[in-house]
Amino acid sequence: MLYREAGQFKTSYAKDQAIFPILQDRIMMALMLVVAFVAVPLLASEYWLSTIMLPFLVFSLAALGLNLLTGYAGQLSLGTGGFMATGAFAAYKLAVAFPEMNIIIVFLLSGLITAAVGVLFGLPSLRIKGFYLAVATLASQFFLVWMFNKFPWFTNYSSSGVISAPPRAVFGDFFVTGSSASPINKYLFTLAIVCVLALAAKNIVRSHIGRGWMAIRDMDIAAEIIGIKPLQTKLGAFAVSSFYCGISGALWAFIYTSSVEALAFDITRSFQILFMIIIGGLGSILGSFMGAAFIVLLPIFLSNAPTMFGLNISVDLISHMEFMIFGALIIFFLIVEPHGLARLWQIGKEKLRLWPFPY
Amino acid sequence: MEFLTAIFVSPFVEIYEYPLFFIEVVLGGLLAGVMYSLVALGFVLIFKASGVFNFAQGAMVLFSALTLVGLIEHGFPIWLALISTIIVMIVLAMAIEKVVLRKLVNQEPIILFMATIGLSYFLDGFGQTLWGSDVKVLDLGIPSAPIEFSGILVNQFDLVAAASAGTLVAVLAIFFHKTRIGRALRAVADDHQAALSVGIPLKTIWAIVWAVAGLVGLVAGIMWGTKLGVQFTLTLVALKALPVLILGGFTSIPGAIIGGLIIGMGEKVAEVFWGAAFGGAIEDWFAYMLALAFLLFRPQGLFGEKIIERV
Amino acid sequence: MDARTFGDVVLRVDDVSLSFGGVQALANINFEVRDGQVLAIIGPNGAGKSSMLNVINGFYHPQHGTITYKGETRRQMKPHQAARQGVARTFQNIALFRGMSTLDNIMTGRNTKMHKNLFWQALHMGPARKEELEHREFVENIIDFLEIEHIRKTPVGRLPYGLQKRVELGRALAAEPELLLLDEPMAGMNLEEKEDMSRYILDVNDEFGTTIVLIEHDMGVVMDISDYVVVLDYGRKLADGSPDEVRSNQLVIDAYLGVAHD
Repeated sequence: MLYREAGQFKTSYAKDQAIFPILQDRIMMALMLVVAFVAVPLLASEYWLSTIMLPFLVFSLAALGLNLLTGYAGQLSLGTGGFMATGAFAAYKLAVAFPEMNIIIVFLLSGLITAAVGVLFGLPSLRIKGFYLAVATLASQFFLVWMFNKFPWFTNYSSSGVISAPPRAVFGDFFVTGSSASPINKYLFTLAIVCVLALAAKNIVRSHIGRGWMAIRDMDIAAEIIGIKPLQTKLGAFAVSSFYCGISGALWAFIYTSSVEALAFDITRSFQILFMIIIGGLGSILGSFMGAAFIVLLPIFLSNAPTMFGLNISVDLISHMEFMIFGALIIFFLIVEPHGLARLWQIGKEKLRLWPFPY
Repeated sequence: MEFLTAIFVSPFVEIYEYPLFFIEVVLGGLLAGVMYSLVALGFVLIFKASGVFNFAQGAMVLFSALTLVGLIEHGFPIWLALISTIIVMIVLAMAIEKVVLRKLVNQEPIILFMATIGLSYFLDGFGQTLWGSDVKVLDLGIPSAPIEFSGILVNQFDLVAAASAGTLVAVLAIFFHKTRIGRALRAVADDHQAALSVGIPLKTIWAIVWAVAGLVGLVAGIMWGTKLGVQFTLTLVALKALPVLILGGFTSIPGAIIGGLIIGMGEKVAEVFWGAAFGGAIEDWFAYMLALAFLLFRPQGLFGEKIIERV
Repeated sequence: MDARTFGDVVLRVDDVSLSFGGVQALANINFEVRDGQVLAIIGPNGAGKSSMLNVINGFYHPQHGTITYKGETRRQMKPHQAARQGVARTFQNIALFRGMSTLDNIMTGRNTKMHKNLFWQALHMGPARKEELEHREFVENIIDFLEIEHIRKTPVGRLPYGLQKRVELGRALAAEPELLLLDEPMAGMNLEEKEDMSRYILDVNDEFGTTIVLIEHDMGVVMDISDYVVVLDYGRKLADGSPDEVRSNQLVIDAYLGVAHD
């Protein structure tokens, strides 16, 4: 009885098109925002903020980016890591070259640079489809990581090869990067960015741009025949997706790990983000968040669960089992619910609408 | 200016001045390419018969090598270890078919592909859980000292690898074209529905194909394991097989061989003669870039079939 | 039907030949379509009818011959160019976007008319919002016309075949086409559905003057709604003319129609 649409009539197309047309959904979203912006910083420990919330937010952004490209536009990409690396290094070079520039501008510019790189490596998608495209994106992944590793220009010729992100404040004393930045500052800053970008993503996918992407994904020939230009649409998807992945990479380097290294963005990273969107749900904004949460929390759960149950398992074994469980879960999800956690959530909501009636 | 010379001039000068060395590098590359072909063969077999792009092929290679080494370390004599591993791989293949593939029969190819990625991770973790994760040495007594042919040094081991690959391909060719089962496999590769309608047992065929792929994976695993030591990076080798498949097409056995040879040779020659100009280690990405270049001109690979889209 | 008057020639197919490898799909096809006409292409299976439509909208490129559309003669055209010039079509094996709802599918038909760029879309304010709502209204009129309000939010993959065909028609109509190509729009429908579909097609032709080329197997429908008929067989044009002329043409009877047995 809680979750009912009865009595909520839409009197205009505008109202029908709202992101949360059902009142209960709007209330829940508002609650979640309050919890995220107010309750969490007040109640969560530094450990939670730094090792769980921050990576969750940063990964969600990358997952969002990849989902736009692969889930919505249907272009399979294994180059996510490479694009994140581009964002991280672009942000680093910009921040060092223009110390006066506000960090938000730095991030935005690094996103734009990554978008350009994404368009370049996305050009093959005009000729190549499906798995073949995945292999082409591997070329970008390996090349980019090699390039950032090889040429000392990117690390400003540092002798150790590992560089740390310079400290920056958003305004006044509100430091978000560097050693003086508190976890709460970092968390709130990242949360704000992710919320804005998630809203933008949601708006984009329900616009004609998003529909164009989904049309190309579902049947690209028919899409072309009804007038959707494949070039603009596919490259647009690469551009927007890379923008998101680039900012995610910049956030990763500047805010989460405080260091910029190419190795953090290798092929395993690309696979990790792909898993997030498979488990979370392809073609779903919510799914990107759920997948990211799942992948961030799983290893923590796995390392703590045995002790909770009184078992003693070695760290090695745990990491092997992590692999096994990951793999098994992916297969499980693909068999049981190929549309991921997001679909399960939707089904849950539909059942809730009927509750307490069976149908 | 220096960079341009390094790309367009010096390598050719070097090749001209040291022809024997060049041939050595080419041969070395070709033989390395054979190793890639072995992995690619497994992919092709499965893709031909079931249309599934088995990303787990690399993990199967690793798993078979791990099992073999593990059994040997536990005191099994080599011949017994080999036979046991073969049995294990066959059982594994059938299990995969039953648990994973059967449930996903009607899904889109991309879902199947992602399932095999999951499978790859699972096998990886499983193998390491069973046998531990340190690098293992696989010594089957294959000679590895280099021998000399009129001034050119060739590695004996590579020759053995090439010979095994050649034998494998010959056996597979006979199997596919001369036996009844082979014919059935080719029918299934062409059209599942049609094959079903003439009474070919699809599930059995798939189980056979995966078992054969498992065996091919074992041969590849033995070769790679001896060369590199048995470790996680073997799964990364599987990634290298992808450019091979792009060149050779996903459905052609000769294509897998030729593709492997081209990639192997191209990589080595590029690294040795052009690598310095770029700062080295261009092997990391050269194969993929080569594949990308090929795809732009021939989206279906050298040997693949041209897809005519119908609306 | 009483004799109707039609405008100029909108589409002319000149000596078009198309082959795939060794298979000749179309050989020296000639016909013309006038503004406002309903032209039916009929013939046995494999005669090349769908290929003909594919050539008209640029999906297949003929090896020989030209297409003249709205005065411009060309041999090759990209499909999305055809779409932007007012050609819309439906497909024999329904080419809807399965991951999207009915409403979204029909809205994609408006994509060529929606221009507000990425930045405004991301904000979903001002000009982007206005544009989206305007097009939504237009699409809702089509939904009304085709009587599919009740399935507007349903993912099209879940709809029965007949409704999917209707949604596909809606998507084609959303583009406000001048030339509408329909590939077996009534295949697999029962009598009632066929009557509905015929009514929609005739209404579109009546109200908007849209020129329509359709492929159809049901001779009753062809007789009833078409002004002109072209008969294809093995890639060649067998005959053309008014429905009555074609129906009594001996060649056509032998190849395709057959005779009623007493």
